[in-house]
Amino acid sequence: MLQESSEPGWISEEVKTGTTIIAIEFDGGVVLGSDSRVSAGETVVNRVMNKLSLLHDKIYCALSGSAADAQTIAEMVNYQLDVHSIEIGEDPQVRSAATLVKNISYKYKEELSAHLIVAGWDKRGGGQVYVTLNGLLSRQPFAVGGSGSSYVYGFVDAEYRKGMNKEDCQQFVVNTISLAMSRDGSSGGVAYLVTIDEKGAEEKCILGNELPTFYDH
Amino acid sequence: MALSNVLETPPSGFNFENVFRNVALEGLLEGGHTKAPKPKKTGTTIAGVVCKDGVVLGADTRATSGEVVADKMCAKIHYIAPNIYCCGAGTAADTEKTTDLLSSNLTIFSMDSGRNPRVVMAANILQDMLFRYRGQIGANLILGGVDCTGSHLYTVGPYGDTDKVLYLAMGSGDLAALGILEDRFKPNMKLEEAKELVRDAIHSGIMSDLGSGSNIDICVITKQGVDYIRPYQESEYQDKRQRTYKYRPGTTPILTEKIVPLEVEVVKETIQRMDTV
Repeated sequence: MLQESSEPGWISEEVKTGTTIIAIEFDGGVVLGSDSRVSAGETVVNRVMNKLSLLHDKIYCALSGSAADAQTIAEMVNYQLDVHSIEIGEDPQVRSAATLVKNISYKYKEELSAHLIVAGWDKRGGGQVYVTLNGLLSRQPFAVGGSGSSYVYGFVDAEYRKGMNKEDCQQFVVNTISLAMSRDGSSGGVAYLVTIDEKGAEEKCILGNELPTFYDH
Repeated sequence: MALSNVLETPPSGFNFENVFRNVALEGLLEGGHTKAPKPKKTGTTIAGVVCKDGVVLGADTRATSGEVVADKMCAKIHYIAPNIYCCGAGTAADTEKTTDLLSSNLTIFSMDSGRNPRVVMAANILQDMLFRYRGQIGANLILGGVDCTGSHLYTVGPYGDTDKVLYLAMGSGDLAALGILEDRFKPNMKLEEAKELVRDAIHSGIMSDLGSGSNIDICVITKQGVDYIRPYQESEYQDKRQRTYKYRPGTTPILTEKIVPLEVEVVKETIQRMDTV
């Protein structure tokens, strides 16, 4: 993710994208993953930012695009979900969270430039992953986003198999992020992982030297 | 061996060849995907570090206007609340006003609720306001303070993005300062060590960045209170004026003097008593 900086004039452009985010569902939950780099032009402003943001107890979203826009959308939806869950008296559905994000993304399409992937677990649908790019709403078995995703579309398409269990999914996510970080200049730092299932959400941080390595000429 | 073209004497008078070169370059750059470099707006080095007992904020004291130093002793660490201070980089007017507004709002909140404001509140209010103005307010702020939940350090950018971190540097000298911080920061440092680290980080910014300079201000916030040390360290390059620039009365000769009495007419007189205790 990029952030504004006030120095050398030629660097301060609007916050642009630099991220790799991924979410994948398995039977009984979802796994979300992201890198941790926030850059402004060529400077890395924050190298340990957690881009997996909580929308509700068992619903998380992955942020990409303009840092300010994405954070604001996540906060607004967090608030709206809190109100909604009190109104219905139980945990909200993942689809509701995704719809709230989609509504904001679509209504302010021209002004905002952020893409959030929403994923979580609810008792009606189990683990679900939704993409809300540009104001559409679509459920997918897995989703990648951010500037680093371009480099790993081939990998995810080839390696994804239906019916992976939780550990396989976590390994898949870590491998994907690792590969994207090594090719995309705007992704890097550490990898954050969130696994959500019936019992709750478990956050994990994998440091740079613990990430898997691949062919590195 | 001698290169005859190097030593030929240039033609006399001013040479405006580079004007044509610049125009051509501008055309090339604009047409392509790069933009011509814009002049630097402001220069600053500000830094913050969370240590064991609190937060240490530091800043240089130079305010620039184009290439001229406008203020050699400008205060970049602003008061927000008794337990929260904010360093500002970017457009000086914007940071001043934004922090003033924030301070007023938090004072009203403290009076209403009877509580000391929390750092996260200040960060949220700032983020809200800056996002609403879509980046038009050029304020890069480092917010630090100690409240009932502990010591916190936040950064808020002009577009409204926030980060909660343990150490931070901003402004045009941020890369120089960050180098020092990245090398020597350790979590839960002792206060004195943290003060030295921030001082060194700002010093590095002052030395390596044209837009930062003069003295170093340090602000230490702990549960016990605030220690605003201004200046913590004075610049080595103090200028000593050789003579005074005061002119004694009579230096400018008075040629003529004309006194015109203004006639004021009292139209209406009202007296209102005020109850003062």
